[in-house]
Amino acid sequence: MKETQTLQNQIESKATTERISGSEAIVRCLLEEGVKVLYGYPGGAIMPVYDELYKYQDKIHHVLTRHEQGATHAAQGYARISGEVGVAIATSGPGATNLITGIADAQIDSTPMVCITGQVPSNLLGSDAFQETDIVGISTPITKWNHQITKASEIPEVIAKAFYIAKSGRPGPVLIDITKDAQFEEFDYKYEKCKGIRSYKPIPETDRSSLEQAAGLINNAKKPLVVWGQGVILGKAEEEFKAVIEKAGIPSAWTILGASAIPTSHPLNVGMVGMHGNYAPNVLTNECDVLIAIGMRFDDRVTGNLATYAKQAKVIHFEIDPAEVDKNVKTDVAVLGDAKQSLKDLLPLLNANSHHEWHHKFKDLYEIEFEKVIKNDLHPTKEGLTMGEVLKEINKQTKGEAAIVSDVGQHQMIACRYAEFNTTKSNITSGGLGTMGFGLPAAIGAKMAAPEREVISICGDGGYQMTIQELGTICQQRAAVKVVVLNNDFLGMVRQWQQLFFDKRYASTEMTNPDFVAIAKGYYLNAKRVTKREELPSAVEEMIASKEPYFLEVCVEKEDNVFPMIPSGASVSDIRLE
Amino acid sequence: MDKEIKHFTVSIYTENNIGLLNRISAIFQRRHINIESLNTSRSEIEGVSRFTLVVDITEDQMKKIIGQLERQVEVIKAYYHTDEETIYQISAIFKIKSDLLFEERQIQNIIKESNARIVTVNKEFFVLEKSGRKQEIDLLHRELSAFGIMQFVRSGRIAVTKNEMKISQMLEAFQH
Repeated sequence: MKETQTLQNQIESKATTERISGSEAIVRCLLEEGVKVLYGYPGGAIMPVYDELYKYQDKIHHVLTRHEQGATHAAQGYARISGEVGVAIATSGPGATNLITGIADAQIDSTPMVCITGQVPSNLLGSDAFQETDIVGISTPITKWNHQITKASEIPEVIAKAFYIAKSGRPGPVLIDITKDAQFEEFDYKYEKCKGIRSYKPIPETDRSSLEQAAGLINNAKKPLVVWGQGVILGKAEEEFKAVIEKAGIPSAWTILGASAIPTSHPLNVGMVGMHGNYAPNVLTNECDVLIAIGMRFDDRVTGNLATYAKQAKVIHFEIDPAEVDKNVKTDVAVLGDAKQSLKDLLPLLNANSHHEWHHKFKDLYEIEFEKVIKNDLHPTKEGLTMGEVLKEINKQTKGEAAIVSDVGQHQMIACRYAEFNTTKSNITSGGLGTMGFGLPAAIGAKMAAPEREVISICGDGGYQMTIQELGTICQQRAAVKVVVLNNDFLGMVRQWQQLFFDKRYASTEMTNPDFVAIAKGYYLNAKRVTKREELPSAVEEMIASKEPYFLEVCVEKEDNVFPMIPSGASVSDIRLE
Repeated sequence: MDKEIKHFTVSIYTENNIGLLNRISAIFQRRHINIESLNTSRSEIEGVSRFTLVVDITEDQMKKIIGQLERQVEVIKAYYHTDEETIYQISAIFKIKSDLLFEERQIQNIIKESNARIVTVNKEFFVLEKSGRKQEIDLLHRELSAFGIMQFVRSGRIAVTKNEMKISQMLEAFQH
């Protein structure tokens, strides 16, 4: 009986296998995982795969970026706007090492990404062969998982595992390194999706009693505050989240990566926490009686000095990754699990509430922030343009429907503070790693994943030049990205710190910039420069109306600062307004 | 209390994969924690490896590291224990000139008293093996040093816990 079964299995498996090369298998595996677009750069050790990508070009679109770092950020942008796994591909050696910044960024910002690198043939491994680098060793601390394949027969299982790991639980980047001989080798191909790994539990079990304790604390709270992060978006828990805060009437603030999970205009949305966040949620973090953290990890840019962070409050932490619980802030109740399920289960346990008086405190502090900061940012009376008024104009003309992909620096903080969002997954930025150069390529990926959406990349003149060559990718793909450079001829955020904490010694922060409009035109993009306030509305209008990629440079005040600001190491309640 | 530096034995059950040692050691290295002792071997479960490490850190740090270890895809479970909670041993091998064995009567006494075992003897040298606590091995090393040691090597700590570590049940639970 057993023998006939085995024979039967063999016949069945024969019927479903095909003899193909490792490189073809790689492409077929990507197709099995639903990959439609991947970003990369060819080279010696990955050439067999590129040959297959050529043959399969009607099924899978390979986007040639101008640098492998651009490929990773584009894959990240793709993943962040769509919730799908982004894919980047590169050759061995320098091709592989150029992926590192994007991988580190995806790791710290929990972005699902699979990177495939070519590797020298297995008989040359360890011999310092041409373009050999130990990319598995190099990428180990910055990947959720990585693996080197030296035999074609391993390809389907490992790629299936890679996608499963990248997107399940707390997402992250996975790198698969494939030797050239494994790419050439023929084998019996058969694909099966990965359904689980015995040593890996993507979602921890939720303890019912922790939910009940959390509900008890929330129901008894007089001054509750929710701080939510990207976990709400990654967990597709936006609706459940909204239902919870609406029922319990809790003022809710977001981390930079949590932005857009609920609309900016939602009455319970009290703004951003953290170093350049809003005044009210930062100050009131140290006044609330129950702090409910949802899908966030108490980054130091959020908490400021931990010794004085929310010490008066009971802390509830909804979290998918057990390693984040008690890592930075000691919690009173940890609710482990998937945000969507936990919040759904929490809802019936909550009492309806409104916390009117408590909400007034937020409004009062908002008024102070408006007078001291927001008014000057959005309605300036001085001659020079502010970054804030550019965002205000974009909000007005896109009606909050645009996805904003920002780079890193002052313009990023301004974009996150002032961009208005109606839909989720609309704020794409490098949060944890703070990767300058992220904005332009990430916008390309975002636009390609969501061509129906208006995707606007907001860059500073510094970060823009770190990946400016990706204009070539925009040009070749005709990806209708709108690129806005807020040019102050400075590395503005560093300059701000130099002004405030280093007695205005502007060491290497002043930039002598090229003619950005000429460069964009050199890449055949429509391009315009704005230097005066009255030119701004029509220029933004022209940009939004364009069906083509468009570049807009706005020359802004050179030495504006971003406020409010929690100085490094200070308490959240010591946030400065000027 | 959590701020006091303690001696912890860390037991990590893992899949047997190339590169995992790198992944595990990186977690300690990031926080500038020296691994005092490291041993890898098979475990009581077929196909499951076991890392045994010794570190001197605070319990607070230890808990965070356990979380970060368990976060690794191929780590099944990580535990930490104090010395009181484990039965532990290390092993050491001494290579010593054979002449001394016959010329120095005291060496024979030392071997007898220390419960060390002679693994092999030939004309030139003999090899002594001693398992036990680090202090016992240190003592034996001190005593033999007086006569000259040709080679010395000590293993990492291996330890079993007094209480059960429920790995088998855990693996079963993982299956579905």
